[in-house]
Amino acid sequence: MNAPQTIDFGTPRVGAGDTVRLEIDGIAVDVAAGTSLLRAAAEAGVMIPKLCATDFVKPFGSCRLCLVEIEGRKGYPSSCTTPAEAGMKVRTQSPQLAKLRRNVMELYISDHPLDCLTCSANGNCELQTMAGVVGLREVRYGKGDPTPGENHYVDAVKDESNPYFSYDPGKCIVCNLCVRACEEQQGTFALTIAGRGFGSRVTAGQGESFLESDCVSCGACVQVCPTATLMEKTVIAKGQAERSVTTTCAYCGVGCGLRAEMKGSEVVRMLPWKDGRANEGHACVKGRFAWGYATHPDRITKPMIRTKISDPWREVSWDEALAYAAAEFRRIQAKHGRNAIGAIVSSRCTNEEDYLVQKLVRTAFGNNNVDTCARVCHSPTGYGLKQTLGESAGTQTFKSVEQADVIVVLGANPSDAHPVFASRLKRRVREGARLIVIDPREIDLVSSPHIWAEHHLKLRPGTNVAVLSAMAHVIVSEGLVDEAFVAERCEAKAFADWREFVLRPANSPEALEAASGVPAAAVRAAARLYATADNAAIYYGLGVTEHSQGSTAVIAIANLAMATGNLGREGVGVNPLRGQNNVQGSCDMGSFPHELPGYRHVSDTVTRAMFERDWGVEIQSEPGLRIPNMFEAALDGSFLGLYCQGEDPAQSDPNTQHVTAALAAMECVVVQDLFLNETAKYAHVFLPGASFLEKDGSFTNAERRISRVRRVMPPLAGMADWEVTLALSKALGYEMHYGHPAEIMDEIARLTPTFAGVSYAKLEREGSLQWPCNDDAPGGTPTMHVDEFAGLRGGKGRFLITQYVPTDEKITRRFPLLLTTGRVLSQYNVGAQTRRTANTNFYAADLLEIHPHDAEERGIREGDRVGVESRAGKTVLPATLTERVQPGVVYTTFHFPESGANVVTTDNSDWATNCPEYKVTAVQVSRQSGA
Amino acid sequence: MKRDNLIRMANGIGAFFEAMPDRQQAVADVAAHLRRTWEPRMRVEILKSLGTVEEAQLKPVVRDALLALARSDA
Repeated sequence: MNAPQTIDFGTPRVGAGDTVRLEIDGIAVDVAAGTSLLRAAAEAGVMIPKLCATDFVKPFGSCRLCLVEIEGRKGYPSSCTTPAEAGMKVRTQSPQLAKLRRNVMELYISDHPLDCLTCSANGNCELQTMAGVVGLREVRYGKGDPTPGENHYVDAVKDESNPYFSYDPGKCIVCNLCVRACEEQQGTFALTIAGRGFGSRVTAGQGESFLESDCVSCGACVQVCPTATLMEKTVIAKGQAERSVTTTCAYCGVGCGLRAEMKGSEVVRMLPWKDGRANEGHACVKGRFAWGYATHPDRITKPMIRTKISDPWREVSWDEALAYAAAEFRRIQAKHGRNAIGAIVSSRCTNEEDYLVQKLVRTAFGNNNVDTCARVCHSPTGYGLKQTLGESAGTQTFKSVEQADVIVVLGANPSDAHPVFASRLKRRVREGARLIVIDPREIDLVSSPHIWAEHHLKLRPGTNVAVLSAMAHVIVSEGLVDEAFVAERCEAKAFADWREFVLRPANSPEALEAASGVPAAAVRAAARLYATADNAAIYYGLGVTEHSQGSTAVIAIANLAMATGNLGREGVGVNPLRGQNNVQGSCDMGSFPHELPGYRHVSDTVTRAMFERDWGVEIQSEPGLRIPNMFEAALDGSFLGLYCQGEDPAQSDPNTQHVTAALAAMECVVVQDLFLNETAKYAHVFLPGASFLEKDGSFTNAERRISRVRRVMPPLAGMADWEVTLALSKALGYEMHYGHPAEIMDEIARLTPTFAGVSYAKLEREGSLQWPCNDDAPGGTPTMHVDEFAGLRGGKGRFLITQYVPTDEKITRRFPLLLTTGRVLSQYNVGAQTRRTANTNFYAADLLEIHPHDAEERGIREGDRVGVESRAGKTVLPATLTERVQPGVVYTTFHFPESGANVVTTDNSDWATNCPEYKVTAVQVSRQSGA
Repeated sequence: MKRDNLIRMANGIGAFFEAMPDRQQAVADVAAHLRRTWEPRMRVEILKSLGTVEEAQLKPVVRDALLALARSDA
């Protein structure tokens, strides 16, 4: 159902270019050449009637409502398909146009149910609106039928299979908008028009139900439908919304702008925000539909305490819970020293919340023991990019992919984990960009409708660095280096050392083929393609970072981009696809134990002095404990108190037995969350959290874009998370004074050079801002490193040698398979949110993907329950047989606590950052008796 | 803090830096990495491996970095 309160210009915006002047209804209009007359009119405030056009998809010209007259031309062309030309004189209203439009509408209505008063689209139906606009007063056709207006599909059965929207073929006007949105915007090609004439109708797949079809429930079809044919079930149940609030999605690192449509304090539906620059009006099944967890009955809304983790919880007041937590923390510090406590913050929390927790640790706790869950996902990105490019962040906008000629997707699965970006990427590939996928598994991008990867380097898990070094070898040895870029932009000696290193025979594709499993010829071809493109961009994910050589691989990626000159302009770059909504932000905010906000080391006396002056305390100059170090220290008895905000390490961190033993060894664990998560089983204090719908703040997405999170409903527990942290700090004797998160952002801007120009007022004006945003870049920085690598000596990019070092996690006769992990589209991380939505209709349990050959050797059949055993532990999962994984490799997700995927993952971690090596675990898989 | 685990972690750091052409710089980089990212009790613990049988488990570049750290901390 089309969104109210927004202007739909009818056809997409045309890129900037020459301007043409024309006249529409006597109004002079200047538009970019190529703009449709429909859009040109809309931009001038003249709304031409339409039914099959929207500014999300290309014009189609089928409804015949947007007809116009053009002086000097015959006929009545459709304005959506007619480009504006200089000097045109266009009339949008005339007696003849009015007659034509009424006739068209009469035909539509003759074949449409007339149950408007009880229709779910009532009040927001384009068909109804257009009938009014054209002045339809009579329907002459269909009178011979028993019920005028229901002369086909009168007995049509609604498809209610999708949990979020219904499909009523009886109301379809066959405008094709849904089909085109599925193709052009989402790129799934799940819908088509079946049948002919009166028999034509929208169908999903080969006549299956929506749930059974290839539909990914992105909702784009529902959004563009001009009638109630495709309609959100929440709107059917609750009616049309009264107001809307613009906010930012709390799922993946794309950070889609959303409009929460509200009735009182109840969300009626969520629509993607058309002006949101991260998503430009698109969303996925999680962001658009999976927000019901916010009001799920499992929500805990009362603070609780208990003396021992074996005791039952006792509901208490906020004051009592906070006083108890503060007293316990102080007791532990008095007995074991001030470094015996710490905090973990979440990348799901806002910038302001993350900033406050690290401030609390550095002031009220008096140490640097604060870490973020980015530790276990993208900490190698922060390290690797800082070392090579000078800043711990991706280099581009998402929109930049529209300029890419060659796209490398490495260790990422955007269609599942970053679906809205995947839609943009796929659109670009359909336009002709060439695709290289480097992944052990055959992800959807390797082959999906109208998309195929020209090269799929199906490497063995744990060998990214080998493949990247081999690609570098080809680029250097075949003279494909952008010598001018390197000479001008990079450190000469570092490049010379790197060149000598990658040219060694040991780094050739042939030499590394045995390790990586990738044929040398394929590596050579992919390297040539990447290096010779006008614009080549690399997108990577946790399949790069979550390795013992995660940081090395990030460095190797940056080396490739520098060597080929693919930095500093649109269409290129190094693009980390961040796992969670605010991974970038939580890192920016000083949540690492060695860095203050803005990635400044705690040993930096000038920076520390600035914060000390502002905060009125002395800050320790030594780094604090990282998350895995906290657990180690807990087991040796030197770390006994933890404040854990919005994070669930007992489920999400590797080697569950080790983590839970550490948590159990602590004397005071304070968990602040929406639900009693796995970590809460080891907690002594539970502080109710607030969902993203219940608080103000901001998130920073993978393109460094800071976007506002806006409160749409009151916090169910009475306090937003930032208010809880303030109260805990006060209970600890360090008062912070903020009346609103805007004031926290003002402090961040005051103390952090890259955020100096950020404020809520500016975010309100601009919609969003990409840091660095300061006096040098008052409007933010869409593309990094345009002229120099500002964070490095002399502004020069720094090549670093990336020796391939095989992981310690070896396969043996006892553990002959390599397990790697990932996500599915409909679930999110540990599933705390998505498991409490109807997304469980799409994926209800973690599965173990195993190659048919490996399955046959073990007597495993589809659906069998299989034991998965590693050196760390054992779990049981249902098996699914698929050739998506290569022989010798198995794969699972970690969305459900009962599956215990992290029971088997090990303590191995990235050498530089301790990011766990989730992606490589040697296992044995065996059929369970009675399976 | 289990020392064998710390040794394994430090050797991972050493494995990256030992590939650098300038060994003196590599030793300094390992030491700097440990100083900038390891919490003091971790450094104290791994320094205990020097002069013991555990020292043999250290990569040479790591051992030299630890010796440098020990000297600067002294």
